[in-house]
Amino acid sequence: MKGGKLTSRDSFWGYVFIAVPMLIFLAFTVYPVFSAVITSFQDYKPLGSEFAGLENYINTFKNDLFYKAFKNTIVFSVTSVPISILVSFMIAIMILPFRKKIQSMYKGIFYLPTVASGVALAFVWKWIFDSMPDGLLNSVLGVFGVEAQNWLGSKKTAMLSLVIMSVASGLGQSIIIYMAAILNVDPSYYEAADVDGARLWDKLRYILWPLVKPTTVFLAITGVINGFQAFQNAYLMTGGGPDNETTMVGLLIFNRAFKYFEYGEACAQAILLAIVIAVFTIIQFKVNSNDVEY
Amino acid sequence: MGLYKKYYGKYLYKGIIRNILLTLALLLLSVVVLFPIYYMIVSAFGPAVESGGGSYSLIPRNPTLDSFKFFFQFSEYSVRWLLNSLIVAGVCTVTNVIFAGLAGYAFAKIRFRGSSFLFYLMLIGMMIPSQITQVPLYMMLVNKLHTGDTYFALIAPSAVTCYNIFLAKQFFTSIPTPIIESAKIEGCNQAQIFIKIVSPMSKSILAVMAIMTFMTNWNTFFWPFLISNREEMQTIQVGLKNFSYANTTYFAPMMAGATVASIPVIILFFSMQKYFLEGVAVGAVKG
Repeated sequence: MKGGKLTSRDSFWGYVFIAVPMLIFLAFTVYPVFSAVITSFQDYKPLGSEFAGLENYINTFKNDLFYKAFKNTIVFSVTSVPISILVSFMIAIMILPFRKKIQSMYKGIFYLPTVASGVALAFVWKWIFDSMPDGLLNSVLGVFGVEAQNWLGSKKTAMLSLVIMSVASGLGQSIIIYMAAILNVDPSYYEAADVDGARLWDKLRYILWPLVKPTTVFLAITGVINGFQAFQNAYLMTGGGPDNETTMVGLLIFNRAFKYFEYGEACAQAILLAIVIAVFTIIQFKVNSNDVEY
Repeated sequence: MGLYKKYYGKYLYKGIIRNILLTLALLLLSVVVLFPIYYMIVSAFGPAVESGGGSYSLIPRNPTLDSFKFFFQFSEYSVRWLLNSLIVAGVCTVTNVIFAGLAGYAFAKIRFRGSSFLFYLMLIGMMIPSQITQVPLYMMLVNKLHTGDTYFALIAPSAVTCYNIFLAKQFFTSIPTPIIESAKIEGCNQAQIFIKIVSPMSKSILAVMAIMTFMTNWNTFFWPFLISNREEMQTIQVGLKNFSYANTTYFAPMMAGATVASIPVIILFFSMQKYFLEGVAVGAVKG
């Protein structure tokens, strides 16, 4: 694939071209990873840290909040990711029969929340979830006879509220990726199905859904990886409350490091998070690689 | 024939009814998705009073620019926040396009010892959760090097991302090698080839990279929030948070600031929508 013989002149330019990116990569990715591993075995002190063995890990495993944060992270990911995947698949299908221009318009509309300021949107959603009976969501649901809820303030609904917000603001990317996959499907599959008298539902269920499975797997994996790292909305909207019901691992690590300044324990928690993400990703790949061609 | 049935002749109306129903459903969903942005803009024209937000209306009754004035007078650094965001996002965009472009080309088309090892190392780097690096980065840049509250700390960690290098490499691999070979025979070195031949062919991928990088860095909150203690070094996203206190929020002024901050990216988005949508799909399909 690559051009020509291994000439020293070419090699020289190769190293020149990657020099700056490599320096930045070493300084701001490789070094911090090693530093995180080392710090996780240390009791951090501004003037010379001390070796602390497994203390940070042991403290983490003894901490009930760690398990709660992990549970919350899993609840958040396994609800928001499948909902978001199904809704974006549905919307992609609904956009399909329209002309190209109209398709792009809808893609643009659903992508727009990603473009707007996330900080501002978090505060708007906070207002949408206002607990007063005349709060926006409460008044809309009131029309259908649903009682006013203390959305972000009650243990029952706080996580649900974060899931709703994350689904509504994050559809654009999945819709665009699904559209690209759907438009790639060879029309002859549908023609064969038409001959057999298949209905729309049959074509969706037995042709399109299996054919776009690699895309679904991709969205599921990236969605869960992002879900495991979710931080911003919980931090800005609930601060992890009520009673740590929305404290997820991202927020837990942030508080450890930048509220209590326990860098060692924060690094230990971050490494455990990375291990969980890595194991999860490998399992997903193994499970799906059996019947998916990339 | 595609996924949907096509209707002809006297059944044409069935297709029309179907499209009308789909349009209604899509418009309803669009309203849900766009509402927060609509509300952000509407509230920006509301009165600049302290409030949790509940008392605002969905339609501006007496639109006023007071909240915009309040936003710009709230801090002596209000304009500076916007400027800081522009500097950070602008510099990151330029460095990413140049350096990720060069490195992507080198990994795709130049043979040198260790190239595939280094490339896979970067791929692994791409998958490392930010939580791992954030604490050590903070310790290094703020505690050790004392570069907190500097542009260096705001910019350097995102100056070239592994993701952009990956994106560029994927694209450059598809450029036919004979073009590069013949340029070499003509006596061009790799630097000349990249500047004169490869980059003109790659305008669209470089544009995609530029736009996505600018938007990401313009909207980023977490890192600037950690790094900037002094108001004068905050970016606009961090600045917006200053309008919120423990018990109350200057909601309308905050939304005025958010509207001002969103206008450049929304304009950029609509004028370059093609590249944006392409960029989102490119990363996924080729990955």
